[in-house]
Amino acid sequence: MSQLVIKGLQVGVETESGLTEILRGVDLTINSGEVHAIMGPNGSGKSTLAYSIAGHPKYTITGGSVTLDGVDVLEMSVDERAKAGLFLAMQYPVEVPGVSVANFLRTAATALRGEAPKVRTWVGEVKDAMSKLAMDPAFSERSVNEGFSGGEKKRHEILQMELLKPKIAILDETDSGLDVDALRIVSEGVNRVKQEQNLGIMLITHYTRILRYIKPDFVHVFAGGKIVEEGGSELAERLEEKGYAQYVKA
Amino acid sequence: MSGLPTNYLTPTGREEAWRFTPLKRLSGMHDASTSVLDRISIQLVGSVRAGFNIETVSAADLPPKSTTEDVIIQRVRATASKVTHLKIDKEAVVSEPIFLKRSAGTDKELSRTVVTAGAHSKATVVVENEGAGTIGEEIEIRLEAGANLTFISLQEWNENAIHLGRHHAIVGRDATFNSITITVGGSLVRLLPTVEYADQGGSAELLGLYFATDGQHLEHRVHVEHGIPNGKSRVTYKGILAGAQARTVWIGDVFIRGNAEGTDTYELNKNLLLTDGARADSVPNLEIETGQIVGAGHASTTGRFDDEQLFYLMSRGIPMSEARRLVIRGFFGEIVNKIGIESVEERLMNRIDSQLAKVGE
Repeated sequence: MSQLVIKGLQVGVETESGLTEILRGVDLTINSGEVHAIMGPNGSGKSTLAYSIAGHPKYTITGGSVTLDGVDVLEMSVDERAKAGLFLAMQYPVEVPGVSVANFLRTAATALRGEAPKVRTWVGEVKDAMSKLAMDPAFSERSVNEGFSGGEKKRHEILQMELLKPKIAILDETDSGLDVDALRIVSEGVNRVKQEQNLGIMLITHYTRILRYIKPDFVHVFAGGKIVEEGGSELAERLEEKGYAQYVKA
Repeated sequence: MSGLPTNYLTPTGREEAWRFTPLKRLSGMHDASTSVLDRISIQLVGSVRAGFNIETVSAADLPPKSTTEDVIIQRVRATASKVTHLKIDKEAVVSEPIFLKRSAGTDKELSRTVVTAGAHSKATVVVENEGAGTIGEEIEIRLEAGANLTFISLQEWNENAIHLGRHHAIVGRDATFNSITITVGGSLVRLLPTVEYADQGGSAELLGLYFATDGQHLEHRVHVEHGIPNGKSRVTYKGILAGAQARTVWIGDVFIRGNAEGTDTYELNKNLLLTDGARADSVPNLEIETGQIVGAGHASTTGRFDDEQLFYLMSRGIPMSEARRLVIRGFFGEIVNKIGIESVEERLMNRIDSQLAKVGE
């Protein structure tokens, strides 16, 4: 049982005119096995929340705390956060030319497990996970994210989540740019990992579409850099009808 | 030898072709008053096999087929009395690579080589440059109709070597020239990887990789001359610089002449700077005299470590140092892995690794 606790989180980003505040005090607790949907209009700070928890150097923490099972996450380097059990599935996964998916996955697994996975079982593990996500085995010889279609990039993110076995995963707009088939495959993957590994999930999305495949236990509406309303899955249905207009300052 | 100039104009450094080169470090090779040796420096590794032959012939019997404005190459041509000639037989398929090793002497020296790929032949030629030396050299690579030649030149010199060379391909009808130029060693290396087309339907791919550390000046002046219709060229050169005194120059001249209709070309140069103060000059230059072409483009980027790449890798638990190593090895690997000769690929990656270790990467 793991618990990610975000308390009064304030985050800014350095701009030409100084530090601009983006997150204005975010409170959120995610337990193992729970799905929390974070919904909000563009520019509300949803991605900032995701990236600052993962430790992206662009963001400056100006207040509040983030702990995973009581341990201060904000003090950790980016790789230490992953080792502690956090995973961020990115909206725009980065291309790393010349580094094969196979090499990348094995290097990451080695770093997280503290020892290189046994070749025989590891190859089987990867193959198995790839076939569940309907990925061609030849995929593992390609350079990381290079020339991947939108759907391939997102499947690759979920593949990593499945293999690296985090405690808490943040999915940043994993649904964006996916057609219905890809959305279904990716969602099934997320549900499977959640089932098998009792994963806690922060599901960031702009649309309610993905929530038909991944059922949220909690829905948080994000606007102006903080959570402005919370509820169960019925809140998502209301957002579907009424949109975000009521939360955005006129 | 008629028509070749006999009194060379010593460059002053103000000429376009020389403005990036530190002339003081050429050991006088550009100056006609410096004495140089006429010496054959290339030798076949192993013995001759079926499908090709190598011989030394009089320069008068094998004059250059291309012209050059480079004073050092002009000097090579005027000085070299003998030429090494590697000849791949017509229609021969030489499955194992042909290795040529260059051993330079202690004096300054000049030499000429000709590689002829016979019609519809297929072969891979690897030129290995190692050790010390101060050398000016030309390799003219002639691809007859339908020939398919992979030409790999490896500059794995030690830290004092000076290497001034021109590797010029003349691509025949429907011939395919694939070249890979790797420069990791040498104090000063200035190479002219150049291509012209003798007939229609020729295709050339020029891949290059250079890695400069402190005190190295590595210069590659690519020139693809599309003077014939329906030629294709792809140029991709990548460089890494580590150390405040590391210096690289990449010139990419691609000329599409008025009659070269149906030309298809793209050139790309990418440089990764690992250290402040390192300097990479990158000058793509595309000149197009006809609109009747398939495509023409160029791109050049020079930058530091991509923070987004490092963040991505680290967010998967990979420590910073390991993430940097992955990115750097990936950057090199994109070119090195194209060589397709495992022992050579491994040797190069090991050399790169040990040079990286010296600069703390």
